[in-house]
Amino acid sequence: MRFVSFSLNNRLTIAPEHLVNNPSLIAVPFSKLPSFSQPPLNPSFHFDKNLQHILHGKSLLFDELPFEVEKIHEHYENGYLMYSPGIHKTKYGYACSRCGNEKSRWFASFSCFRCKSDSCVYCRNCIMMGRVSECTPLLSWTGPEVEWSKANNLLWYGQLSSGQQAASQRFVDGVEGEGELLVWAVCGAGKTEVLFKGIEKALKLGLRVCIATPRTDVVLELAPRLKSVFPETLVASYYGGSDERDLPAQLVISTTHQLYRFKQAFNIMIVDEVDAFPYSYDKTLQHAVTQAVHPKHFTLYLSATPSNRMKRAAKQEVLPCVKISRRFHGHPLPVPKMVWSGEWRKRIAAKKLPAPFVMWVKKQAQSGRRAMIFVSSVSMLDTVTDIIKKHVSVIVDRVHAEDPKRKEKVEQFRQEKIQLLITTTILERGVTVPFLDVAVLGADHDVFSESALVQIAGRAGRSKDDHDGQVLFFHYGKSLSMVRAVKHIKHMNREDVT
Amino acid sequence: MSYCLNCHQSYMETWSWQAFLGLGIVPLLCQDCEGRLELIKGEICRICGRAFSLFPEQYRQGDCCFDCIRWEEDPTWNGVLQQNRSLYVYNDFLKEVIAKLKYRGDAEIVKAFYPVAKTSFRKISRNGLVIPIPLSEERHYKRGFNQAELLARGFSSQPALLLKRKTHEEKQSKKTREERLVQKENPFQVIDAEKLQGQNVLLVDDVYTTGSTLRYAAKVLLEAGAKQVSSITLAR
Ligand SMILES: [Zn+2]
Ligand SMILES: [Zn+2]
Ligand SMILES: [Zn+2]
Ligand SMILES: [Zn+2]
Repeated sequence: MRFVSFSLNNRLTIAPEHLVNNPSLIAVPFSKLPSFSQPPLNPSFHFDKNLQHILHGKSLLFDELPFEVEKIHEHYENGYLMYSPGIHKTKYGYACSRCGNEKSRWFASFSCFRCKSDSCVYCRNCIMMGRVSECTPLLSWTGPEVEWSKANNLLWYGQLSSGQQAASQRFVDGVEGEGELLVWAVCGAGKTEVLFKGIEKALKLGLRVCIATPRTDVVLELAPRLKSVFPETLVASYYGGSDERDLPAQLVISTTHQLYRFKQAFNIMIVDEVDAFPYSYDKTLQHAVTQAVHPKHFTLYLSATPSNRMKRAAKQEVLPCVKISRRFHGHPLPVPKMVWSGEWRKRIAAKKLPAPFVMWVKKQAQSGRRAMIFVSSVSMLDTVTDIIKKHVSVIVDRVHAEDPKRKEKVEQFRQEKIQLLITTTILERGVTVPFLDVAVLGADHDVFSESALVQIAGRAGRSKDDHDGQVLFFHYGKSLSMVRAVKHIKHMNREDVT
Repeated sequence: MSYCLNCHQSYMETWSWQAFLGLGIVPLLCQDCEGRLELIKGEICRICGRAFSLFPEQYRQGDCCFDCIRWEEDPTWNGVLQQNRSLYVYNDFLKEVIAKLKYRGDAEIVKAFYPVAKTSFRKISRNGLVIPIPLSEERHYKRGFNQAELLARGFSSQPALLLKRKTHEEKQSKKTREERLVQKENPFQVIDAEKLQGQNVLLVDDVYTTGSTLRYAAKVLLEAGAKQVSSITLAR
């Protein structure tokens, strides 16, 4: 789409080319428009409630709104909606207004059929959310705010452990004000329940709440849970491929990536697994969180393995922190066993598996217990799966981050339709399956950081009927990360309940 | 430091040198991504260019696959498409990459295939016209570009945009009753027939699936005066 600019009531205004029938006006890509001013709010205009609900607190492309361009532009003309450039030029290159990216290697250009420019610059960093280019403005709501319902009762009668209780109270106390809180909870400590009371209070105050997590699996697991404990609340989940993105929602469960779609939306922001890749690595995701929160907001960070920087901030009391060291069933975390298995890389390259691993996998198959087997790369996934299938007759499958059947496979695994699931590190967090053992094949590989290994170990023994899941690290020489991970877990087990 | 056009990981210059010495081209993908692409090589079907190693022996007759034999037996289609050659096997990885290009609109990714396209084209080209398979106006607008056209730029600096897809109205109005019943009307139209006269044409598309898209395009081109039509696709 191209835009034209013209003078109306002594003000320079703009419109999509096809809505103005005036061939003397020159149509240009959005980024090439002269500066124009926002039309004033017309209080007598009947705005579309649906559009308000979808756009309020967001920053979206035309393509993301299920409305005709005419209708959208009418809201612009009456001051209910704002257009701003998706990509703008900076001193050194370009910047993407949606994701904050300014690195030149994340920008590219193409000959654009929409704006007829030979080189329409677009952002590759946030392309999974739809392409932001020089000719696509970002749309945001400037009309009246949505009034959220205050009837938001929590329907949950569970018991909190004393550790959970303390953390829950700190959150409840913080909700009304502004500030931050780090909840440092060991894997399996039951951190979701810790959030319930605080969320209830916020919702009842008419505040908007978001839980952001790096992984889609966690969104898929959390959303139904929160819907069931907050039956009166409008809850929506946001992830790549979600169909709830057009629903009005006071409580949003979102992947960190999807936060790019929001703008000044949330009063309460809960950031799950702050230390997790890609969150801690990616500055633009940090930008996403900053953009998505309301100027007045409270942020809660959840982590089992906070970064050194966060730990230091907590120690110096710059960052308020509450620890939950014990799992809610009171049992310690399973300590990983290290199993030397020779040159696993060479074995696998020769389409074989290390002998100790084969022994374990056969025993595991016989035991009837489920196991997750982690490997270091997607390319290894197929090979390892194929060889395992030759050794056992139970149902074996594999899954990786971009697997189109990922959702189904994880669900089948949960329902015990798959016994052995081979995966890359991507499922290490958030997937809760009772009666589960865990093995890492090639635990000394670089991709398995201390925090990744702690998280992986935390998959095992997650229900109170089975607190003794097995965790095995198959390796060819202990890595520093392995040693640290084991130390970390032992340390967590020694700490008292706060 | 170079960054992979697909996964954005940085990769070592040494890999690109090794690959350069081995393949004679500088890769724009990292070693992992490059490794997941499968170049089509070895024995292939003389017509459609699929690798014989990838499908059962019984579907092969001499140097042709059964699908092609069926096309060639049909008098309407006999000899319409001279031959097709595809660069890579359409495996899960390439499916992912093509989906990123088409459905996410990440146009840049196509450049990863330019180095191989340039060298393959040297083998196949016969000083003809390079024509990309067009998209419908609506889809073209939605995507912002035509991936076949971007790909064609890897084969030629000046692809000839001589084909278009008929609009819905054009299809309906020109269809005879009989055609409407059998749904067999050619979806393509030639834009400038003059430029085609006596020319060899190389059609470009992203994927060869059944071969019917390319054959429909080839047919209108031949009818409009092209001498012969071959095709090249990224995936098969
Ligand atoms: Zn961006
Ligand atoms: Zn454009
Ligand atoms: Zn790569
Ligand atoms: Zn064939």
